[in-house]
Amino acid sequence: MNKRMIAYILGILLLCEAGLMLLPTVVSLIYGESVVTSFLITISLLIATGLVLVAMKPKNKTIYARHGLVIVALGWILMSLFGALPFYFSEEIPNYLDALFEAVSGFTTTGSSILTDVEALSKSMLFWRSFTHWIGGMGVLVFIMAVLPLAGGGGDLHLMRAESPGPNVSKLVPKSSKTAQILYSIYLVMTVLEIFILLFGGMSLFESVTITFGTAGTGGFGILNSSIASYSPFCQGVITVFMALFGINFNFYFLLLCKKFKDAFKSEELWTYLAIMLSAIVVIAINVKDMFTSFGEALHHSAFQVSSVMTTTGYATTDFNQWPELSRMIMLAVMCVGACAGSTGGGLKVSRVIILLKSARREFRRISHPRSVKIITFDGNRLSDDTIRNTFAYFFIYVMIFAASTLVVALDNFDFTTTVTSVIATLNNIGPGLNMVGATGNFSEFSFLSKLVLIADMLLGRLEIFPLLFLFAPSKQKVKIFSKIRNKF
Amino acid sequence: MNIIVVGMGKVGYTVAEQLSQEEHDVTIIDTDEDVINDTLQDIDVIGIIGDGATRRSLQNAGIEECDLLIALTGSDELNIYCCLLGKRLGAKSTIARVRDPEYSKDVGLLKENLGLALAVNPEREAAAEIQRILKFPTARNVDFFGHGKVDLLSFVANKNCFLTNKAVKDSFSKIKTQALVCAIMRGKEVFIPTGDFVIQENDTVAVLTPAKTAPDFFKQIGYRTNDIKNIMIIGGGKIALYLAKALNHLNVCTTIIEKDLDTALNLSSTLNNINVVHGDGTNRSLLLEEGLLEADAFCCLTGIDEENIVLSLFAKNAAPDIKTITKVNHTLFREVVDTLDIDSVVYPKFTTASIILKHVRAQATGNGRNEVHKLTRIINNKVEAIEFNVTAESRLIGHQIQYLDFRKNILLGSITRNGEVIIPRGTDILQEGDSVVVVTTSERLTRLDDILK
Repeated sequence: MNKRMIAYILGILLLCEAGLMLLPTVVSLIYGESVVTSFLITISLLIATGLVLVAMKPKNKTIYARHGLVIVALGWILMSLFGALPFYFSEEIPNYLDALFEAVSGFTTTGSSILTDVEALSKSMLFWRSFTHWIGGMGVLVFIMAVLPLAGGGGDLHLMRAESPGPNVSKLVPKSSKTAQILYSIYLVMTVLEIFILLFGGMSLFESVTITFGTAGTGGFGILNSSIASYSPFCQGVITVFMALFGINFNFYFLLLCKKFKDAFKSEELWTYLAIMLSAIVVIAINVKDMFTSFGEALHHSAFQVSSVMTTTGYATTDFNQWPELSRMIMLAVMCVGACAGSTGGGLKVSRVIILLKSARREFRRISHPRSVKIITFDGNRLSDDTIRNTFAYFFIYVMIFAASTLVVALDNFDFTTTVTSVIATLNNIGPGLNMVGATGNFSEFSFLSKLVLIADMLLGRLEIFPLLFLFAPSKQKVKIFSKIRNKF
Repeated sequence: MNIIVVGMGKVGYTVAEQLSQEEHDVTIIDTDEDVINDTLQDIDVIGIIGDGATRRSLQNAGIEECDLLIALTGSDELNIYCCLLGKRLGAKSTIARVRDPEYSKDVGLLKENLGLALAVNPEREAAAEIQRILKFPTARNVDFFGHGKVDLLSFVANKNCFLTNKAVKDSFSKIKTQALVCAIMRGKEVFIPTGDFVIQENDTVAVLTPAKTAPDFFKQIGYRTNDIKNIMIIGGGKIALYLAKALNHLNVCTTIIEKDLDTALNLSSTLNNINVVHGDGTNRSLLLEEGLLEADAFCCLTGIDEENIVLSLFAKNAAPDIKTITKVNHTLFREVVDTLDIDSVVYPKFTTASIILKHVRAQATGNGRNEVHKLTRIINNKVEAIEFNVTAESRLIGHQIQYLDFRKNILLGSITRNGEVIIPRGTDILQEGDSVVVVTTSERLTRLDDILK
């Protein structure tokens, strides 16, 4: 293990977080809020720790896949630990674990909250909360990579693979750093676009910026207790569309930019994603039409809610917890499917679902025709057995983690739906679940242990399980190094 | 530049790695998914799995915006076809590896009519390199510039060498021939020396000297410069064929030992006056019987690296004065191989890669002006020697060299003007039409003016 290189990159990551935290500091200065001190303390802590780590400049800059996993896992944990400090120092969230829950929920773009009254937070804290979504959406290491080359050669790719969601992370252009730049440019342009449209729709600047951060990262932290319900139907519509857009694989936009329309629209994942979304919207709209004054209104709310949970954002314009059981179950199903790979959304990812379905069909065919040979294709390209095996392993571990987490959360003795959906909502980075943790509820009632498990679930979900699992999986090689690192926490 | 490399063998890998390090956007194509995945682990390129000679793969790789297509698969026909197709689909320039001697003859035709910018023949390049080394058996590596007017020789300074334990400026004030020390390697460190630099025993020294006086230079610093009159070659592959043909013209007595009877028969039918022996080159008594002890040079060119290395070690052991030349295909363990006491080692893969790199570097200057005339890498690939043509626009023209503000680790090694070689002093002034050799440890020089601050 190249420990120095790991420390060096983590140091840069913390310095970068310090830089990003200047933004909420400026916001607090603009609104003249006293919490500015808690940001400043955190920034100085970040800079101090960052500089210490960066000072160990590595001689050997090569990193391999396993380093990438470790860096990403440790990086996200450190980032969250520090990101929680402003909430804690300002005493707006007096319990550190709660603050950590909120920060992890932010960075992993989950949007689950332990706050019973969001509106009680100061403006700059609300801003920081939403801004963590934006940072976490595309990934902070990818951001750093866009600005400065971290580890030459294939090193950057290991980091990108470990941080970006999806079964098959590929580059758009030959250079990793350029790929990162392109991704962030697309991200930035779409974000600015949404801010402007929401401003046009009559929101204040602060509202439109924070809401957009939540949409872009597919996070879901609102700034009002009623989430998005009190905004105009126009704004809700805009958010619906943008949530869906941010749930699409960013390769799609890149191909559009390159004017390769044919390639862009032949994506199987895109069409499946849209098909699932639209059919869910229509079925739910029909199912809930009696609850609203017109079918149009039912369609509007159905579209918003489906787009919100499928992209794993978690905004709400109405309490879907009150909907009929069929609609609730459909919501639960699309929650698990999640957004496209390579988007800012979470969940199992549409492409994984497609791969699982296709290989399941192949295995089924093999039972009746034992000698049949069939290649699984995706977007017209042959899928390697490695990818398929990886997808199955991922799915299995995902289910196992889900089951284990549910067991632990069950200790709190809440009802079945609450227990199950709280895990689904955090593991898939959605935010709200059903019943107690529904659109109007929150996670404040959970015990210390459950919160810890849910925090882990959120990180596991965002980093797609393997990095974090690798970090804590026992292996002879690692035990020595990590016992040291773990002792530091 | 946007560059597509088809075929990820050893040469393909070396070229892709180097180009990617030089900040080019490289796309690699190979049919083997594992090869692509392994490569992506190590170097910052984008990979496409598929047959590089199909429209689909090439278009996937973005052939329309490609500045250079390099075809390095194992098959000549595929490489040529791939380049043809690539050119048609929009590649600005193409390079193919063509190794079949029969095809190589038609390369001129291919270049003209089919728009092939460069055809590289690794075996012939390797043979040419061996031939250069044989010219100066004392040198480890030999390269030439200015159409053969300037030699770049690297050798190990031994105890008896006149240069050892002296400052460069002291020893060279006593040497009468023109020469310039341009790079020195000590252990793993490489220096571009100043006048006060003291050369120690076992340093590898690279010297630029006019070709005419090179033998004289060696004599003055105390090395014997025996001509090679009798050479033994193990392995009758393509390199041996090219080499033997060239040696035939120079009246060198050549023995080739080849294991395969058909190959041996073929060789003897193509090459008159050459002693072709059918037998196992690893057979000790056969080597001695065929006159290993009488040979001046021993050249191991079999397809197996280990065999080549061990044979050279054996030859060195049996006849300490013999000059051994060893061909090594593997590029990965160069540091280890270079520490062995086996004189010169030839890496055909590196040779090929550096020819392609030179071409790319020349193209990268853009605006059609081709300033890079030749590029070679010496001393473990850590130092580059580049020959530039001085164009009319150059900022160097008309100034005395001593007043020019050079960047760090750059050395102006020699000037060739109207066929005359000048080892430059501070008062020399560059003119248009000169060609200069620049030695540097920093990479990526594409224009002569880059050497200025």
